[in-house]
Formats: sequence, structure tokens, C-alpha cells
Amino acid sequence: MTEVALVQEGRFRALFDFYVTAMRTSIQQGFQYRVAHYMYMLGMVAEPVIYLVVWSTIAEESGGSVNGLTPGYFAAYYIVWTLVRNMNIVFTPYGWEWRIREGELSGQLLRPLHPIHYDLAWFAGWKVVVIVLWLPIAVALSLLFDPSIDVRPLEILVFAVAIWGAYLIRSFNQSALGMITFWTTRVGAIFQLYIMFELLLSGRLVPLQLMPAWVETLAWLLPFRWTFFFPIQALVGDLSDQELLAGLAMQAFWTCVGILVFSLAWRKAIRQYSAVAG
Amino acid sequence: MSEPAVRVEELRKVFDVPEREAGLRAATKSLVRRKTREVRAVDGISFEIAPGEIVGFLGPNGAGKTTTLKMLSGLLYVSGGEARVLGHVPSKRERSFLSRIALVMGNRNQLQWDLPALDSFELNRSIYRIPREDFLRARDELIELLEIGDLVRKPVRQLSLGERMKAEIVGSLLHRPQVLFLDEPTIGLDVTMQKRIREFVAVYRERHEATVMLTSHYMADVEALCERVIVIHHGRILFDGDLSALSDTVAAWKTIAVALDDGAGDLSGYGEVIHRDGDVVTLRVPKSETARVTARLLAEQDVLDLNVEDPPIEDVIELVFAQETSE
Repeated sequence: MTEVALVQEGRFRALFDFYVTAMRTSIQQGFQYRVAHYMYMLGMVAEPVIYLVVWSTIAEESGGSVNGLTPGYFAAYYIVWTLVRNMNIVFTPYGWEWRIREGELSGQLLRPLHPIHYDLAWFAGWKVVVIVLWLPIAVALSLLFDPSIDVRPLEILVFAVAIWGAYLIRSFNQSALGMITFWTTRVGAIFQLYIMFELLLSGRLVPLQLMPAWVETLAWLLPFRWTFFFPIQALVGDLSDQELLAGLAMQAFWTCVGILVFSLAWRKAIRQYSAVAG
Repeated sequence: MSEPAVRVEELRKVFDVPEREAGLRAATKSLVRRKTREVRAVDGISFEIAPGEIVGFLGPNGAGKTTTLKMLSGLLYVSGGEARVLGHVPSKRERSFLSRIALVMGNRNQLQWDLPALDSFELNRSIYRIPREDFLRARDELIELLEIGDLVRKPVRQLSLGERMKAEIVGSLLHRPQVLFLDEPTIGLDVTMQKRIREFVAVYRERHEATVMLTSHYMADVEALCERVIVIHHGRILFDGDLSALSDTVAAWKTIAVALDDGAGDLSGYGEVIHRDGDVVTLRVPKSETARVTARLLAEQDVLDLNVEDPPIEDVIELVFAQETSE
């Protein structure tokens, strides 16, 4: 093996070691505050349950389905939604704003590791806690709403990968947005605009099959769909093998775009940093 | 001669600070036309610090001390001039640079708040890629030096300010930095804890031949640790040299504390009486007169005790700032 390859291998091993250590630390902290996390997750269940009740009622009053989607499908969609939504919780632009304002970023910049690695590893560790805590919620919701779900091994596999793909896309997108906080400390308005587009075009508010055709087409061209609708559909929809793999490819594409945009924004932003709070 | 650990040439940092008058009218106006003011936080400073040297970096609030340390540690881009630390340009923030320095800020918390400090140390091990054996050796050595053996197993949020500061220092030095920037490391700590931290800095520097740059408002820190001081004010260096020379250069007087047998004598003829405490009178006399005044006091008065001292360093520093302001 060449010297360069050895150095590269050493780097990957060190980064892997960091991710494992940071995730382990995050898991410890997550379980230490398990009750608070549970309350938070239970609070979050309210949103999909409302959507689920509304759409199930509409489906029943429309002769058993809406656009071919049955109450059983809605139940499955929104129960899986609860996990995907939790997997989609990432370090937000508000987090960047806080990090800069409180001087936390200075401490991170002194370390020989990009802060994004810390965010990715820390939240990834938290996801492990989330998945464990989610299982009883999913069982309870399934008993209440009787989802119709029929999964193949490939769908389970793709779903398992896709929820992490969604996590990466959303992490990089929101961190790229977070770079705006280097110029203004009030990023809220822009972030809310982003959330509005995401609500409409991701499948978070409503399954995308129920949207007008042009919205569905638009959703194809944007990253949001691949963070909500695709992971959920991978498990509860009836996607072909080709569609499943194409979805993963799209996730990979948007992850790369996210990394690129974030990296460019970071390079500009860091020159702007004034470290006023510490 | 060896390469300096820190080399700074004509270093400048300028901030554009937005400003407006108070009131709704000014707020509305600022929507259309935003006014900014240029603030020169650091204004063309130059100095060198040799490997293993410990230097006190002094100045009042807003003098440019912390801004300088932030530029030297790579947190801030420079507006002009050049800074090199261990041969690196700090703002490039190369791994090989960041792995050899540490900036410890007395009012900053880098440890995981809800977990024992040991977990944060482990995280730092992975960030700095410290081989496990080296890590354990460094960790145990630092824990022992700072005497926090039992505390590192408690959640950080349950530690007192002083205990937390010690744990912070352990976390910051696990990678055994060669250059240490200490920004007010004893701020808010009680006298015993300040002393402990000072002793630790001295031992660490000696043991690892580290270069240390220290800012502190506590002159006891500076007097105990630094032979050389750099005094900065309004972003400019006012003095760079030995701590003892600072007093010689700036303060053209000494103090004579004299205890008299009769206690109540009038000593104003010997110099300026600046303090009277029972039988002890403190006089301020010009440096050139010190020997003559001392001889006169001993010859003409019933002296029980007599001490000739340089002025307190706090007074000297104050004098430096006062001279700069009046120039």
C-alpha cells in the first residue's frame, strides 16, 4: 500500500472512531433524558394523528378511498411518518444562530474537525435512541388505526437506508441555510419559508399522490420529496425494485448537492465570522 | 537561533460595526441606509514569542487582547499584516496546526454539560486522534496535577465554577498543545483556585516546554507566571519587555513604607504621603531620590522598620494606560 493510501486509510479510521465515540456519547445523553425525549416524541405524534384522522374520515365518506388511498394506507403512511419525521430532526439554522451568538462555534473551530461531523455524529446517535423509543409508539398506533402494510425484504432494506439518506439530505440543506446566520442573526424568516415549501412538497402534510400533477412534478425536481415521501413510500407504497433503487440514487444525488452547497457556503461564511461572543 | 513559536507583524483586525441613534425614526432610517463604523480592534501590532516562553498580554477591556488571541488561534481572519504560530498561518486552520495549540477561555464551557467530564475527554481523544495509551497517560497526569480525581465522574453541571474550570483545562490539554493561549483562565475563581491554576500552568509549561500567552485582569497571575509582558491599549502595543523593566520605564517613583517609634510624626518633608496605617506611613518618592530619602529617614527619625518597594503592578499598568490616553 502506498504512503498516501495509508494516510487516507488512517484518516477514515480516525473519522470512524470519532463517529462511534460521538454517537456513543450522544446515546448516553439521550437515554439519560429518555422521559423528556418520550414526552417530546409523544407531542410530535399529535400532528400525524390529526392528518390521519382527517384523511381516514374523508376516505370513508368518499366510499372507502381518496384517489385510491384507503384508511389502511393512510394509517400505515402516517405511522411510518412518525419515525421518518424523527429521523429528519437535524441541527437547524436556529441551532447555527444559537451556536454563533453564544460563542459555542469558537470552541468547535478550535478543534481539528469540521463542526458538521460533530452535528452529524451527535444527531445520528440520538436517532438510535429515537428508533428504540419509537417502537412502542408504533405498536400502540398500529393497534389503534389498523394499518394495511405488506412489505418485501428489499423494501425494508431500502427503507432502512432511505431514512438515513433523508437524514443526510436534511442535515446538509439546513446547515447550508444556517450559513446565512454568519451575515444576519435573524434567520427565522428565511427558515420559515423553507419549512413552508418542505411542508407542501415533501409529503409531510399530505401524501404527494393527493397533490395536483404539477406539484408532484415539481416535487420530483426538488430535494424535499426524498426526505419524507420516498422513505415512507419505500415501506408502505407499492414501488417497483427499479423505483426503490432510483429513489436511493436520487437521495445520493441530493446528498452530494447538499454537501457541495454547504461546503461553498461554509468557505464564504467562515471568513465572515467575528467570534464576538467568544 | 530557533524559529519563534509566535510571530506577529503589523497585525490588524478591523470590524465594521453597525450603529444607529436610538428611537423609531433612526430605526426606520436604518432600514434604507445602514450606517456602519470601522472599529480597529488591533492596529498594527508586532512581536515574537520564543518557544517555551510565557508572556503576559495585558490591557483593559476592549484593548484588543482577545481579538489578538482569536487571530493567533485561527478563529478570526486577519484584516492585515501577518501572524504565524508554529510556522502555520492560523486562519488556514490546518489539522497539524489545531492539533498543536489550545485556547482556553475562562468563561467558556466546552464540556458536555449533562455527562461526566470523562466522556468529554474521550470525545476529545477521538477528535484529536490521540493514541489511547498517550491519551490515558495525559488524562491521568492532568487529573492528578489539577487534583480532580473524583470530580471527573460527576456530571459537569454539578461541578462548581472552579472545578469546572479545572476540568475544562484537562479537556483542552489532552493533546498536549505546544502553544497555549490562556484568556482570563482564573476569572471568577476564588484565591485558592486561582493559585492552583497558576501553579498548574507553570508546571505544564516546564514539563512540556510549552509556549504560553496569558491574558488576565489579576496581576497576581501575571506576576507569578510571566517574566515578559506585552501591554496593549486601543489595539496598539504600549510596552513589550520584562515585567520589572515595565515598572522602571513607566513609574519614576518608589514607595517607602516606614514604621516609626513615636508613630505620629509628619513625614511630608521626605516625600508624598500616600497612605497612613497606624504607625506605618507610606511615602512616594522619585526613584533618583530613594537612597537619599532612605538615609535621611534613618538618620533623622526613630525608625522601627523600613521597606523600599517598586510600585504595585496594578498602579504601573494604570499609569501606562493613563500616559497613553493623555498623549
